[in-house]
Amino acid sequence: MSVRDDFTARIPGGDAGLIVLVLLGTYLAYVLAGLVLGYTLRGQLNSIATLTFYIGVFAMLSLALNLHWGYTGLFNIGIVGFMAVGVYVTAIVTKPTYVAGGAAQVGGLGLPLWVGILAGMLAAALLGLVVALPALRLRADYLAIVTIAMSEIVRFSFLSGELQQFQLLGNRVGFGGGSGLILDFAPPLEALLRGVGLWNGYLGFVDAFQVVVPRNPKPVVDGLIYGLLLLGFVAGFYWLLKRTGESPFGRVLKAIREDEDVANALGKNTDRFKIKSFMLGCALMGLAGILWLVPQGAVTPNFFRPRVTFFVWIALIIGGAGSNTGSVLGGAIFAAVLYQGPRYFQNLVSAVFPNLDSPSGFGQAISPLISQFDPVPFLLYTVDSIRQLQLVVMGLVLIWLMHNRPEGMLGYRKETASVIPLSRPKSMAADGGDDDSVRTDGGVDAAAQGGETDE
Amino acid sequence: MSDAADQPVEDVANKVDEGALGAFASGVDTSVDYPLQVEGLEKSFGGITAVDGATFEVESGTLTGLIGPNGAGKSTTFNLITGMLKPDAGTVTFNGEDITGEEPHQIANRGMVRTFQIARELSEMTVLENMMLAPKNQRGEALWRSVMPGVRDDVREQEEELLERVWEVLDFFDIAHIAEEYAGNLSGGQRKLLEMARALLTDPDMLLLDEPFAGVNPTLEKKLLEHVHELREQGYTFLLVEHDMDLIMDNCEHVIVLHQGSVLTEGTPDEIRSNEEVIEAYLGGNV
Repeated sequence: MSVRDDFTARIPGGDAGLIVLVLLGTYLAYVLAGLVLGYTLRGQLNSIATLTFYIGVFAMLSLALNLHWGYTGLFNIGIVGFMAVGVYVTAIVTKPTYVAGGAAQVGGLGLPLWVGILAGMLAAALLGLVVALPALRLRADYLAIVTIAMSEIVRFSFLSGELQQFQLLGNRVGFGGGSGLILDFAPPLEALLRGVGLWNGYLGFVDAFQVVVPRNPKPVVDGLIYGLLLLGFVAGFYWLLKRTGESPFGRVLKAIREDEDVANALGKNTDRFKIKSFMLGCALMGLAGILWLVPQGAVTPNFFRPRVTFFVWIALIIGGAGSNTGSVLGGAIFAAVLYQGPRYFQNLVSAVFPNLDSPSGFGQAISPLISQFDPVPFLLYTVDSIRQLQLVVMGLVLIWLMHNRPEGMLGYRKETASVIPLSRPKSMAADGGDDDSVRTDGGVDAAAQGGETDE
Repeated sequence: MSDAADQPVEDVANKVDEGALGAFASGVDTSVDYPLQVEGLEKSFGGITAVDGATFEVESGTLTGLIGPNGAGKSTTFNLITGMLKPDAGTVTFNGEDITGEEPHQIANRGMVRTFQIARELSEMTVLENMMLAPKNQRGEALWRSVMPGVRDDVREQEEELLERVWEVLDFFDIAHIAEEYAGNLSGGQRKLLEMARALLTDPDMLLLDEPFAGVNPTLEKKLLEHVHELREQGYTFLLVEHDMDLIMDNCEHVIVLHQGSVLTEGTPDEIRSNEEVIEAYLGGNV
């Protein structure tokens, strides 16, 4: 992973070009793997859709975390809690009202999905506020403890029997306890297309897609289009966070990350900036959670275990904290290589070597290695268990990164925190230093007048 | 540092006078004779009393030195004045208003800005970003203004104005040639310059400098002092903590001597120089 400054500078199209290049490379690898696996076209399209889905969600989460950690230096390890609150609040607001004898144990408020999504984001942001108010005044590591504890409290609250069902605005609603909630409303893609009046057109397009996928093309098309929609959201996150970072607001966040006392001594109300940054990031995490889980049709609390949080951290560390482009790349590479990769690798191995006779237990795998120095059974066993070893692989990657490239792929890049480029204004004469790039001569008096500001 | 250092200082000062710095100084209210008044300040940590009833005033438009042996409570007093620490007792008055116990950012926004003993540059930010951070009341510090299309043009406009001020101050301090550097790559002396320049951009009435000359070579020290004197002539008030007695004696109009957390004596450098108590305090005698 020897990415260097000159490497990224040579990519045509700049950062967008780099992202597109990495995505294309990933897709190519997956398509090639699919060919080896003998996937049908349908299988290939499905695998691309799944890959895009995970690239989308991890890129979004990684971007949101970058706002917290990369820009503001806020050590949030409760990401999954904000996702959970976003999803559950969306569910309660959007689920149809309770009807006795229906499939669902509890109902919701029956409001449109977009209301639910906004409510979910707002709830995640408010939870962020509640967490931030006491914790932000403490040192960074205390925020970490508070956030991870909060995410577990959230999960256990949703698991709790007490909150399984309750009355809200005269409706029977609830979190469904351990069995979770059925999300019995139109998924985001359908809701969006119906909302803009393109649903019938979309169904027509699905029918036309039968040329490519003859039987039941709808799930395939749904997956692909939803993947595209998620990439659109990634672009939206990127746009928002780039503007946030490249502004006076982002400049203060950066200063807080570097040395909060200095920012404070320069007259910046750092607590307020931290809270705003934290709440915005939490709302975006909530949205990412909603976009991840609502299309699944059901949600259970135990999805929201802390490991999802650490997945996002790994994605950000791979990409490089502090860089938005890096966050997107980190999300994409994490999704493709570490999240979906092991599964593919295992399928590939069993497709290429269909008659591999791997040992059925650890004992059988390890004993030939010890008694006869025969590593083959152990290797076979390892390959066969690669999916179970996913977390181990992630840990190894993390350790390797920490040792060899702690700044991640693009973490060395500093995205200047200002709305405009900070080079010497053209109207000013360069007379104070030996800044050869912009040195002009004459007009000193006139130029200096330009600095008058009327405050 | 650069060829510009050979330039007569008056030239730079004249230019700056017409520019942004002139505008800063015009905001200083000269009707208040003593912008900073400290009354009976007390602070103890555990059982140790660091500041014990310090009372003094700083006259407008002066360069006032705060000296004292190690452990006299100079830095703690600074932290109490600027809100980094909350006093156990006593009051701090700035421009006639009680600012005791206010947050550092509130005090900075009132026009009293400090620098730190060990220069605290924002190392992963460029010199320009460091400088652009400082000005007060930036429109783009409101998140929505920075993000919303259309409104952002307002922010852009102000950024352009600020940028010109920033470059003028960079020129004034002769650090324009390192503008694009990361602050973490600067030498110790350049960091001191950056810190003072950054503090100046907040448009203060009064600057509190905590040992600005510690670890600075004599040439740069001379230059820093020239800057301080120029700014003082423009109407800024300075309170200076410093160890170097000679430097204080040669440059300050008024000297306050702290000893064991309270003011031992104060007066002109000549008065201080001949004061028996001060000599004794510095030589470690019991007072």
